[in-house]
Amino acid sequence: MLRFLLPLALAAVPAAADAHAFLDHAVPPVGATVAAAPPQVELFFTQDLEPAFSGATIAAVDGRPVAAGAATVAPQNRAALVLRLPPLSAGTYKVSWHAVSVDTHRTEGSFSFTVGP
Amino acid sequence: MTLPRATALGAACAVLAAPFLSTTAAAHGFAGERFFPATLLTDDPFVADELSLPTLTFDPTAADGSKTIDLDIDLSKRLTPDIGITLSQGWQHLKVPGMPGVTGLTGFSAELDWQFLRDAPHEASAVLGLHTSWAHTGRVQALGADDFTTLSPLVNFGKGFGDLPTTMPWLRPIAVTGNLSVDFPTKTESAGSPNPNNLNYGFAFEYSLEYLQHHVKDVGLSAPFDRMIPLVEMAFTTGLNRGAGGQTTGTIQPGVIWSGQYFQLGAEAIIPVNAASGHGLGAMLQLHFYLDDIFPNSIGKPLFGD
Repeated sequence: MLRFLLPLALAAVPAAADAHAFLDHAVPPVGATVAAAPPQVELFFTQDLEPAFSGATIAAVDGRPVAAGAATVAPQNRAALVLRLPPLSAGTYKVSWHAVSVDTHRTEGSFSFTVGP
Repeated sequence: MTLPRATALGAACAVLAAPFLSTTAAAHGFAGERFFPATLLTDDPFVADELSLPTLTFDPTAADGSKTIDLDIDLSKRLTPDIGITLSQGWQHLKVPGMPGVTGLTGFSAELDWQFLRDAPHEASAVLGLHTSWAHTGRVQALGADDFTTLSPLVNFGKGFGDLPTTMPWLRPIAVTGNLSVDFPTKTESAGSPNPNNLNYGFAFEYSLEYLQHHVKDVGLSAPFDRMIPLVEMAFTTGLNRGAGGQTTGTIQPGVIWSGQYFQLGAEAIIPVNAASGHGLGAMLQLHFYLDDIFPNSIGKPLFGD
């Protein structure tokens, strides 16, 4: 049976196909506590992104505003979003992202990280 | 319950659900940040363009001592972003004690679903549908196919717990899906045996390591573990009348699903819940393709309204 199914499975997956973009990892890491405020948040996805329809925002969980710039797709890595940050004080921050992969599938997510001891 | 009453119940549910009608389209099993995999036993709370090829089931030994192996194919196709159909066909090997084994196609079934709820903030999703198992389909001579059609109005739902407070981080990867349906056979008896109405209900309790790793806390999981969803599924059928009232059969199925970019793999053990459900252990294996990811510009999108 595997002799029949495996070639069928492989044939069904075109090499050039794209798919939903899942978050692969982030810097700072998801849920991490970092000692020093990071200058930026980097989000690395499993698929290349459409820059015009992908983005990220950041907010302090206690409601303090964070004047971050607009997130951009890294020119050297279209599967990465970069969000430049102003100097962050100690506290917990929530990053919310939305991603549209190059085949137009949309995904979204969020996570927190903490600056401080 | 009669069929007209069932129809009225479905209409009432639709009216009650109207305020929650989804207005955006999304393929796959997403509700906000939550990804619901296609579970092996519990019907999915979303419409999708997906293909199970195959689902291989080694059933526990039945109460009468017979053993079966099933190989099923299920094709789900969205007609619109919120309405989809599923066509199912199976092949079965049946061995009854003292008899030679027989094989053949099982009955054909079809299902029409309407996804009336897709609530992103609360990671909730639900469908109303009608499942139909058609009479006189399959290899009738070998397997004794039903001479009646069974209509089963259904509701499937899913809820992720990512909206729990951040003070409970380890519970946020949990999700529950479930289904509820009632069987209405078109003949009350066949060859002297009654065909009861049945109540079908089931649940899947999932713990998404993908959600944990990428939405809650990076705990250092790498492939393939960061795309795994351990789960326990359970499904029950309770007879409602015609001599079967109160009789319940069912299975509990612990297992794991790995979800990739284009397909997922699932494996579960099958544990009968009582003697009437069989004895011993069984197993279920599934290879499941995401057609919307594999063919995003052709058969992987809705026929209308995308």
